[in-house]
Amino acid sequence: MAAERKTKLSKNLLRMKFMQRGLDSETKKQLEEEEKKIISEEHWYLDLPELKEKESFIIEEQSFLLCEDLLYGRMSFRGFNPEVEKLMLQVNAKHKAEEVEDETVELDVSDEEMARRYETLVGTIGKKFARKRDHANYEEDENGDIKPIKAKKMFLKPQD
Amino acid sequence: MAEPVSVAADYLAGSRARAARTVLGQVVLPGEELLLPEQEDAEGPGGAGERPLSLNAGARSRVRVVCGPGLRRCGDRLLVTKCGRLRHKEPGSGSGGGVYWVDSQQKRYVPVKGDHVIGIVTAKSGDIFKVDVGGSEPASLSYLSFEGATKRNRPNVQVGDLIYGQFVVANKDMEPEMVCIDSCGRANGMGVIGQDGLLFKVTLGLIRKLLAPDCEIIQEVGKLYPLEIVFGMNGRIWVKAKTIQQTLILANILEACEHMTSDQRKQIFSRLAES
Repeated sequence: MAAERKTKLSKNLLRMKFMQRGLDSETKKQLEEEEKKIISEEHWYLDLPELKEKESFIIEEQSFLLCEDLLYGRMSFRGFNPEVEKLMLQVNAKHKAEEVEDETVELDVSDEEMARRYETLVGTIGKKFARKRDHANYEEDENGDIKPIKAKKMFLKPQD
Repeated sequence: MAEPVSVAADYLAGSRARAARTVLGQVVLPGEELLLPEQEDAEGPGGAGERPLSLNAGARSRVRVVCGPGLRRCGDRLLVTKCGRLRHKEPGSGSGGGVYWVDSQQKRYVPVKGDHVIGIVTAKSGDIFKVDVGGSEPASLSYLSFEGATKRNRPNVQVGDLIYGQFVVANKDMEPEMVCIDSCGRANGMGVIGQDGLLFKVTLGLIRKLLAPDCEIIQEVGKLYPLEIVFGMNGRIWVKAKTIQQTLILANILEACEHMTSDQRKQIFSRLAES
């Protein structure tokens, strides 16, 4: 008999999350819209037809930099101010050929140099963890390269 | 006598907007409206001729056009606000339309964002300097906007110094603000301009003419003797040479070259080279 009569649940209860998990998406949307209506009725709004904003294809700029390709404002001639002359070369070279400049500035470390660095790196980092007694193994010879590690001296038993 | 009157009447009565393309290089007056290239096709030649058939009549592909100084947007058209010659620059890379602007002449400078200008420090108040740039208000320059400036390490700027900087904020509603570093934090030639030298004022159009990439005047001047020049977009030029006489000669040349023809200029330069 209880199945015939559906218990009347309050609106607030139905709005709770655990009650809505069981609903399908359509009823959920309907509920959401009803909620929005309730909120929006309290909000004030202008009763005007929707104005479509015209997309403007004209951009207004007041600067002459876009229009004309102007040189840099500071100039020096015949070596009067060497710093400004250096700056002139940099800025005006950038003007002309940007891509070419980028390629030449990048200096790559050659592979040989990398290998050399790594060789000595082992010694230098090793020094950090060596104890005082082991410092003898890390002495540098005339070139500044670390000497190869010598065999460790073991304890020699005295012969009588 | 009848001609000018009829022309004026015609202009006032009909004022048909002209196509921007046809007016390039000609003098335009404030109040004229200019049509952009896509629009003139649709308007048709006064309605008398036949309309060309277009495949997609509805969707017209519109390109972004930039309207520069001297022009304003008025609906779909450009409205001229300054008198001068109309110029156009084709877009360099991709995004189309190009730039239209009016090449006008004036002496009064209006601060524009991004412009490099020469200013004179007029006051030091707290953390900022007040710099006179020739506009309606003095621009403000913070002491931290110099290369390598920190709260402990203040820049050595006194009242009366000349500053070369650029605007970061410049519109009609706010006080203009300038800085002496670029976006990476490097000075790039900006900052306090050194001792001595001479500062003088010229028209804005002359500055743009002198800073054009193919300006002969600057190249010829550079061959005379060792010198240094700084151009400010606000119409101010600072020059310095080894002696006072050379500096004054330079200043006179730059002021006068606005009204000289190229022949007269060459004569003067050859006379100078001799002496």
